[in-house]
Amino acid sequence: MLSIKNLHASIGGKEILKGINLEVKAGEVHAIMGPNGSGKSTLSAVLAGREEYEVTEGEVIFNGKNLLEMPPEDRAREGIFLAFQYPVEIPGVSNVNFLKTALNEIRAYKGLEPMEAKDFLARLKEKQKLVELDGKLANRSVNEGFSGGEKKRNEIFQMAMLEPKLAILDETDSGLDIDALRIVANGVNKLKSPDNASIVITHYQRLLDYIIPDVVHILYNGRIVKTGPKELALELEEKGYDFIKEEVGA
Amino acid sequence: MANELLAEQISKEYEYGFVTDIESENAPKGLNEDIIRFISKKKNEPQWMLDYRLKAYRYWLTLEEPHWAHVTYPKPDFQNIIYYSVPKQKKQLNSLDEVDPELLKTYEKLGISMEEQKRLSGVESRIAVDFVMDSVSVKTTFKETLAEKGIIFCSFGEAVQEHPELIKKYMGSVVPYADNFYAALNSAVFTDGSFCYIPKGVRCPMELSTYFRINSAGTGQFERTLIVADEDSYVSYLEGCTAPMRDENQLHAAVVEIVAHKNGEVKYSTVQNWYPGDKNGKGGIFNFVTKRGICLEDNSKISWTQVETGSAVTWKYPSVILKGDNSVGEFYSVAVTNNYQQADTGTKMMHLGKNTRSTIISKGISAGFSNNSYRGLVRISKGATNARNFSQCDSLLMGDKCGAHTYPYIEIKDKSGIVEHEATTSKIGEDQLFYCKSRGIDNEKAIGLIVNGYCKEVLNKLPMEFAVEAQKLLAVSLEGSVG
Ligand SMILES: Nc1ncnc2c1ncn2[C@@H]1O[C@H](COP(=O)(O)OP(=O)(O)OP(=O)(O)O)[C@@H](O)[C@H]1O
Ligand SMILES: [Mg+2]
Repeated sequence: MLSIKNLHASIGGKEILKGINLEVKAGEVHAIMGPNGSGKSTLSAVLAGREEYEVTEGEVIFNGKNLLEMPPEDRAREGIFLAFQYPVEIPGVSNVNFLKTALNEIRAYKGLEPMEAKDFLARLKEKQKLVELDGKLANRSVNEGFSGGEKKRNEIFQMAMLEPKLAILDETDSGLDIDALRIVANGVNKLKSPDNASIVITHYQRLLDYIIPDVVHILYNGRIVKTGPKELALELEEKGYDFIKEEVGA
Repeated sequence: MANELLAEQISKEYEYGFVTDIESENAPKGLNEDIIRFISKKKNEPQWMLDYRLKAYRYWLTLEEPHWAHVTYPKPDFQNIIYYSVPKQKKQLNSLDEVDPELLKTYEKLGISMEEQKRLSGVESRIAVDFVMDSVSVKTTFKETLAEKGIIFCSFGEAVQEHPELIKKYMGSVVPYADNFYAALNSAVFTDGSFCYIPKGVRCPMELSTYFRINSAGTGQFERTLIVADEDSYVSYLEGCTAPMRDENQLHAAVVEIVAHKNGEVKYSTVQNWYPGDKNGKGGIFNFVTKRGICLEDNSKISWTQVETGSAVTWKYPSVILKGDNSVGEFYSVAVTNNYQQADTGTKMMHLGKNTRSTIISKGISAGFSNNSYRGLVRISKGATNARNFSQCDSLLMGDKCGAHTYPYIEIKDKSGIVEHEATTSKIGEDQLFYCKSRGIDNEKAIGLIVNGYCKEVLNKLPMEFAVEAQKLLAVSLEGSVG
């Protein structure tokens, strides 16, 4: 589904990603862990198409298409969804209106008619229940005045509404209380299918108790320095990043 | 709702830039007393009206064009303007079937099919329309329905003939001809406009609306609108405007006066979409308008809501004189400038009565190379005890070649007055745009969404039918402005 080869990216002349290689197949869950500033958010931003980052080398193929050539909105329409580490507020635009616009744009790209109002409402209700989102939040302006945890939950709600093929969750677990964590993880699991995949970026093994990853990668200083089964996350939690540093000889 | 509207709109430039092929009858170019006599004669006016015009004209001759606004433009050549242009009609019209088909096409292009209006009668959402093309009022709908309630809604010219006592009483009572350069000019040469009178105790059952359109080349448009809400009455009034695309600048200098008596309320909404000129700043309408209302007696209320997207240069300050005790004045404004447009707009709230309240919400959006200024005066006169004002002026910048300016003037002569002023300036966020795009929404739509969200407080004040049009307009006016 997603194939990243030797991806280099920089911002303001500073190289952040220094040759990333990653293969994600349909049906898989990949976890990416790594110390602060190692480039996790940069990788997700580059995949989602943030223009500030310059890709200097490498390629990314998503379902047979060259992702790097697509504008960000087309990547979303092709099925990539990024749950932001820091979700953005859009005052005056209701969540519902925002999602309806997004959904219909994605449908238009696929040559489909806008969704019927009643079908949209039905989906809204269903997904709201799935992520146990307060109905009031759905009608409020996008993320405006939401608490940190509400914003994260709203990201998962949006993901549920848009039904992407590849979801990238950038530290969606940080700032969530225990219940919210379970709900978010539950939401992600329910959306799991043999046809889609997710990349879960996290600092904590805790989330991976709920979302069981097939593979765990450790990103360090712009490179994936270690890949292993889910136990790798446990090992990391026990030993900290020092053992990685030793292993890569940093 | 907003979303559907935005979704349906496609990339386009000025959509209303068509010219209707209707024969018109023009006065010769230029301005002198003979032209004014010509206009007055054409309109078959009584002597007092002609006298008023001539007085205004002679006063105008003594005035200099004002230059204090933050706009620059070539001085209009007042001798090179046609002051009277009438779409030719063979005879008096009795029904829609007799209207020139070309004219009907114009209505349709403007999205106000009269057929539809007629069919719609009977459902709750109804609008009575007065349509002013170039200089004269062409057709007023629903006149009979309104007349049953004693409401007068007709062209200004007709009102001069049929209701001279009302015109004599109110015309110039809020905006005297000596008020300013363009008000004086308008008072001398105005050709038509709308008149509306709501009698005591009547709530007008439908929105009243005037569509203004400049069609002929080389003409100026100088219409007057006068709205009077008598005691305990209410009316919501809408004004829309468009003009064809032409390379030369055209002048529009209107006067709008509103009078609200005891407990009377007038809600005046404008979507101003005169041709703004092309991408390089060529052509476009000079929109120099004097709009003012007076809350003449206690507990009256006047509310201005405007969405300004058009015109090359706009100079406009819809104001309220709060004379009656407990009266309320409101000003809700969205002004968008793109390319080389310039707007200097705002309001004046003059508190004279006790416990008077005013609210000002202004949202300026500048893009391209444009300049957008808010200019507002809040004056609390001596004796206006416990007057209050709240003002909020927000500016949104798109790109770094445009300008936003805020000129708030506050004069408090009564110690009990409270004036609050808030102002913000922000840039449209790359983060917001990227967030939208990452959800599959493209740049243009994202801007539309963000801008409509930003203006929501104002758009919410518009009647439904207009809100729809306004949202579309906002998005269209800002196309290509970022990214
Ligand atoms: N605009 C920028 N200009 C310069 N450096 C930047 C910019 N954006 C990010 N960086 C740097 O790139 C590096 C990687 O940042 P990134 O946000 O990808 O880290 P991360 O792995 O997501 O960290 P965290 O765990 O704290 O979220 C950091 O050193 C950061 O300071
Ligand atoms: Mg990060």
